[in-house]
Amino acid sequence: MSETETGWETVIGLEIHAQLATRSKIFSGSATAYGAPPNAQANLVDLAYPGVLPVLNGEAVRMAVKFGLAIGAQVAHHSVFARKNYFYPDLPSGYQISQYELPIVARGSIDVVLDDGTQKTVRVTRAHLEQDAGKSLHEGLPGVTGIDLNRAGTPLVEIVSEPDMRSAKEAVAYMKKVHTLVRYLEICDGNMQEGSFRCDANVSVRRKGAEKFGTRAEIKNLNSFRFVEKAINYEVARQIDLLESGGKVLQETRLYDPDKGETRSMRSKEEANDYRYFPDPDLLPVELDDAFVESVRVTLPELPDEKAVRFGSEYGLSAYDAGVLTSSRELADYYEAVAREVPKEPKLAANWVMGELAAALNKDGVELGSAKMSAERLAGLLKRIADQTISGKIAKEVFEGMWAGGATADAIIDAKGLRQITDTSAIEKAIDEVMAKNPGQLADFRAGKDKLFGFFVGQVMKATGGKANPAQLNELLKKKLPG
Amino acid sequence: MKIHTLTLAQLSKGLRAREFSSVDLVRGFLDRIDAHQPTLNAMITVMRDQALSAAEAADRELAAGRGGPLAGLPIVHKDLFCTEGVLTTCGSHMLDNFVSPYDATVVAKLKAAGAITLAKSNMDEFAMGSSNETSYFGPVRNPWNTDLVPGGSSGGSAAAVAARLVPAATATDTGGSIRQPAALCGVTGVKPTYGRVSRYGMIAFASSLDQGGVIAATAADAALILREMSGFDANDSTSVDMPVPDYMAGLDAPLAGMKIGLLKEFFDKGLDAENEKRIREALAIYERLGATLREVSLPNLPLSVPAYYVVAPAECSSNLARFDGVRFGHRAKDPRDLMDLYKRSRGEGFGAEVKRRIMTGTYVLSAGYYDAYYLKAQKVRQLISADFKRAFSEVDVLMGPTTPTPAFPIGAKTSDPITMYLNDIYTIGANLAGLPAMSIPCGFTAGLPVGLQIVGPHFSEGKLLNAAHVFQRETDWHTRVPERFS
Repeated sequence: MSETETGWETVIGLEIHAQLATRSKIFSGSATAYGAPPNAQANLVDLAYPGVLPVLNGEAVRMAVKFGLAIGAQVAHHSVFARKNYFYPDLPSGYQISQYELPIVARGSIDVVLDDGTQKTVRVTRAHLEQDAGKSLHEGLPGVTGIDLNRAGTPLVEIVSEPDMRSAKEAVAYMKKVHTLVRYLEICDGNMQEGSFRCDANVSVRRKGAEKFGTRAEIKNLNSFRFVEKAINYEVARQIDLLESGGKVLQETRLYDPDKGETRSMRSKEEANDYRYFPDPDLLPVELDDAFVESVRVTLPELPDEKAVRFGSEYGLSAYDAGVLTSSRELADYYEAVAREVPKEPKLAANWVMGELAAALNKDGVELGSAKMSAERLAGLLKRIADQTISGKIAKEVFEGMWAGGATADAIIDAKGLRQITDTSAIEKAIDEVMAKNPGQLADFRAGKDKLFGFFVGQVMKATGGKANPAQLNELLKKKLPG
Repeated sequence: MKIHTLTLAQLSKGLRAREFSSVDLVRGFLDRIDAHQPTLNAMITVMRDQALSAAEAADRELAAGRGGPLAGLPIVHKDLFCTEGVLTTCGSHMLDNFVSPYDATVVAKLKAAGAITLAKSNMDEFAMGSSNETSYFGPVRNPWNTDLVPGGSSGGSAAAVAARLVPAATATDTGGSIRQPAALCGVTGVKPTYGRVSRYGMIAFASSLDQGGVIAATAADAALILREMSGFDANDSTSVDMPVPDYMAGLDAPLAGMKIGLLKEFFDKGLDAENEKRIREALAIYERLGATLREVSLPNLPLSVPAYYVVAPAECSSNLARFDGVRFGHRAKDPRDLMDLYKRSRGEGFGAEVKRRIMTGTYVLSAGYYDAYYLKAQKVRQLISADFKRAFSEVDVLMGPTTPTPAFPIGAKTSDPITMYLNDIYTIGANLAGLPAMSIPCGFTAGLPVGLQIVGPHFSEGKLLNAAHVFQRETDWHTRVPERFS
């Protein structure tokens, strides 16, 4: 049932945590690489040993500023790190260093294109720097809890949106756009399985037309687009059911269980911690001057929105195609590498990249741009379509051959003799033979059964092994069949 | 020869001239430490073996004509400076099993300059106290009268220098913890400008106030140590990247024309009359040396104690959260669950004063109280800083008493924390404003030392040491040693 039918409106705000792709942690020199043995990347600062002090990683600041500039936000000349105090084993110092009253980035916005083509602007309240916590380990440790502090102190930028989204689909579209953006900016690897990109969703519902927001629940730690959509949809249905049966939504933190497909309560507002935020006296305020901000601005790459507009004007692509092809920097670069090789056929290139190639990559789980189908190799195939050496149909067969083995398009075309027949006399000869073999059908056609035209196309194609140039074949058949 | 009465400069000269070896020196002081430990309880850990082997190495360097500016000279570190491979307790049961895996920057710098660490000195638990009575390892006693407190929190360092168990000791000052014990024990103590000395490896009490410094018999000795321990440290974001002047070079500069401000607020009704006399006598000497005196008022200074007892506990409540029994330090036996582990480890590990401050700090940072307490205290702090700044536009240094009274009996103030807190009433202002300050001996009252406090603008350590040294050329209070230790 849609929301309009139920009379309820959904309100969603997201807090996205993006792990910054710095080599070392935000306040210590430990490496940030994923997958090291537990605690191999935790030094005395990460372990919060007595007497140690945090030192800010300038690269993390640079990355946060880059993000701020990319979303047209205000980059604060003065921002302050604060301590968020709470006890937890994966938080060795007993406080998380974050930014509270004075974040480094404030008031930006991100444009999102929805599936139906409508555009929506989501406002970003703030983006602040903070350190990640470690991990508690239970597997294979009967009776005890292990602590892995490799992730403790990894830099995060937390991107907080306004409650501007009105459906799970909008929330996913926004999250995907942020994902695209941080990867364009090369400030986050976007790896959701490894937890490099995750979000908390604040979800509430209200009667359509109501001004006041409903009470919200916060769903913690969603680490896939699919989970975000499912968790929000579940939560919306739960809240509507609750309200319609006379209940009240509690302000609480909930967890999404992907196995059961439901959210469940983690802690209520009453049980919530009083974090006792205060400015961290171990760190000086971050003071950024205009020169620094400008030095970051010049490193900004062409952003996805700008690139999509250019793809529209430069390659004549539809807004939809341009949007898909610019959804990641790698894909856009790949497309452009292909399009450069077949300059007269940008749409052909787009169709192949988004069609056959995407399907094959998806099917085999292969990375874009792998040697299996480099842009150069794909362009080699498209060139043969463009110069009419092969038809689009034959090209699909050649593509399969290229995908299966390492051969180039030309090698496969030659080996299999797939070169398109463009010699008029050869095609005519084939037509004559087909006409001679099928006198009945010919007679019927001439008696007015126009539909049989297709039959003859098929027969000639069969006879030529699919190699007859389709346009020429059509022309010649039109001439010859009527007699 | 009584080597323990020599200054660092004299000891260094003797070492260079091979009149005695570093091993002689170190053994001599270690023997004094051991001999007086039952009386004074000044140390928590004595590092005899490490110290003697370091002394042997120093002797080899000295024999080869090498060695840093402090080569072969003995020193003691307050037990909140992390020392690699050595117990670092912070005066607490919480850390009575903590062997630090690294050296504090101050420790590393002094080691690099050639100093030899003899011991780790006793202190108030986590530097929270003004009498050394909060130490888990028992109170330190005042060498001038062992029934009295030595002051705190650097009581072990001050008592050790006063009894000449060591020529100099590191110390730290969050609200007076160098100057107050220096005054009560009759020695010279320097709290540098906030940021002058690295805090890396100094177990934090209140990060925005803590500052490492030195206690020595004389200003010249303090200058020598301070020169080696100061300087920017990339591991401490709050340390200041400014060259360290040669504090020794300016010690003898004449004081003629120096403008001394007398802090009106310090000569209040709380100041013991005899103490005030000693201070006035000291000021007369400065006048005789050519300095001019004028009274200055810092109207917001009386607010320093309440502001301090909001800011310091707030920071400590957060700084001490890491002592949770999980990775190091005291861990409760057989915890039922995580909460039990936290509660019992901390409940058992911390003493009463530390708990009091953690609770106070937690309260002032809580939702709904933050603005009324923490924020307001920070505003008061800014007002006090502004008062000092105004004063230093008129005078070069400020002088006054370090403490309201001389040393008091052990146990006299333990039942009333507020009375105890008021002992720091004259010293806290410099911490809130981040200013350098010293205490030097300026006489006695009823056989107990009195300290003169000198406060200067940021990074004026050189000027303070100069003022102190010239005074010490004119007086001999700093050479007095309690009879049983002479």
